[in-house]
Amino acid sequence: MNGGNRNLWIGAVLTALFAGAALVSFLWVPYDVASLDIANKIKGPSASHPLGTDHFGRDILSMIMVGARTSIAVALVAVGIGMGIGVPLGLAAAARKGSLLDELIMRGNDLVFAFPSLLIAIMITAVFGASALNAIIAIGIFNIPVFARLTRSGALSLWTRDYVMAARVSGKGAARISFEHILPNVMNLLIVQGTIQFSLGILAEAGLSYVGLGAQPPIPSWGRMLADSQTMISFAPHMALFPGLAILLTVLGLNLMGDGLRDLFDPKLRRARR
Amino acid sequence: MLRYFLKRLLSLGLSLIVASAVIFLALEVVPGDPAAYMLGINAQEDTLAALREELGLNGSVWGRYVSWVGGMLTGDFGTSYTYRTPVAEMIGERLWISLPLALYALTLSTVIAFPAGIWAASKRGSAVDVSVMGVTQLGVAIPNFWFAMLMVLVFAINLRWFSAGGFVGWDAGFFAALKSLTLPTVALALPQASILARVMRSSLLDTLSEDFIRTARAKGLSKRQALWRHALRNALIPVLTIIGLQFSFLLAGAIIIENVFFLPGLGRLVFQSISARDLIVVESVVMLLVLAVIVVNFAVDMAYAVVDPRLRGRR
Repeated sequence: MNGGNRNLWIGAVLTALFAGAALVSFLWVPYDVASLDIANKIKGPSASHPLGTDHFGRDILSMIMVGARTSIAVALVAVGIGMGIGVPLGLAAAARKGSLLDELIMRGNDLVFAFPSLLIAIMITAVFGASALNAIIAIGIFNIPVFARLTRSGALSLWTRDYVMAARVSGKGAARISFEHILPNVMNLLIVQGTIQFSLGILAEAGLSYVGLGAQPPIPSWGRMLADSQTMISFAPHMALFPGLAILLTVLGLNLMGDGLRDLFDPKLRRARR
Repeated sequence: MLRYFLKRLLSLGLSLIVASAVIFLALEVVPGDPAAYMLGINAQEDTLAALREELGLNGSVWGRYVSWVGGMLTGDFGTSYTYRTPVAEMIGERLWISLPLALYALTLSTVIAFPAGIWAASKRGSAVDVSVMGVTQLGVAIPNFWFAMLMVLVFAINLRWFSAGGFVGWDAGFFAALKSLTLPTVALALPQASILARVMRSSLLDTLSEDFIRTARAKGLSKRQALWRHALRNALIPVLTIIGLQFSFLLAGAIIIENVFFLPGLGRLVFQSISARDLIVVESVVMLLVLAVIVVNFAVDMAYAVVDPRLRGRR
């Protein structure tokens, strides 16, 4: 098995593990995350609580399983927003290259890039208050220019191809060509970037909920768990260790999967990278 | 070169105008009556009227925008409603923590990433390369605030080499101040260094497979000479792009890291202002950070032109 394939497999297994934990948590969790058990608070890992309990006696494994839902949902919807808006913009910009529309889209992209998702989240929160929805919007907005630029640059090289020329000669309009001929051919690029943005979204969501700009209690989220654990890290390091590991492994899995997919889709790149 | 510079400068000015309008709309027009928002639902009508007067909310939206921008250009950022001090003063004090933190982190990340990336690329496929790639894969995936917490646990709580948080102030001496910024800086820099090292490596590998490197080798240069004399300079373009992009991530990251270490920088200020509903402060800090990102990207564009003269002509 070559390196690309190995990355893909390790990444897919890690991703499936956390996605699976999130799905299972809808049906079953070891302990209810809403009920407090103060008698068992801040216990290290044991047979009854494999990852220990937090300062309210809640089971950390259960919290991580339910928290995976929040992370995955926020990051996934944010990628959806980025793709849903960014890809059509990128296609339009490429189809009308050099036009005012192209210039407007590209300058708009530059502008959004000047607002890191944390700043967007800060502005939204300052006006509307903190919530998981605001985290989704903030991360989603930042994803738009990423996909718009990628789609545009991928599409530009395709517009010069013979089969696109043939489609134009046969009388197809720019919009139809974009969706029938260009989009399917930039799909690989989009899938790879989508995986990367998904992992960045998980990191961003964790950061936002860590500083209190994301999901609010009682919704469990990995970033929130880390924020809660911070003052207790000297005597309860397990409270900080496991949620952090969950983030690290999920992001690592998605990144490895993204790398593996890129190698799979682009064998030329694979040779160059080795 | 001058034409390129002027064109970029014009686009810099336009970006700043649009960005300031977006921030102004989001924080002063969207909330409806900012005075009512800041004082809450139980505010008396006369207090509201006084605050509206104080904030200059009675004028037209256009007039308020112009006076906000005009004020900033002359260094007047308005007065904080909660602290009753000029915002410019508050930002000035905190900038002395946030800016050194970001620059220290940028320096550290570059100093680590360049040798690591170059070393990995020049020994492609070796144990060195595999370890650099493995470590950086982890570095890219680690949340920096979690990494910060782990460092506090190891280096502050267990080993007691550093304090767990707070800032001693520049009055305590340059090295004492630098020391209290060191753990936050490492937390910020290592994940960024991982990204940079990977970009450096892959960019260098791409360049090393180009024809002009083969030509250089053919005329008798050693592999090492070809790398240092020809490949490195050509490989720098994507690396510069990433350094430019990283600055905005470092600024944003600094806001979060400041919270881990209780550093009284811009990040702490902005969160305190959000909970106090002090929109004037939030508005100014966001504008300042966006300004920094736009100006740094302008500087990166200029740096491209110096590294690669071909780029001056085209967009």
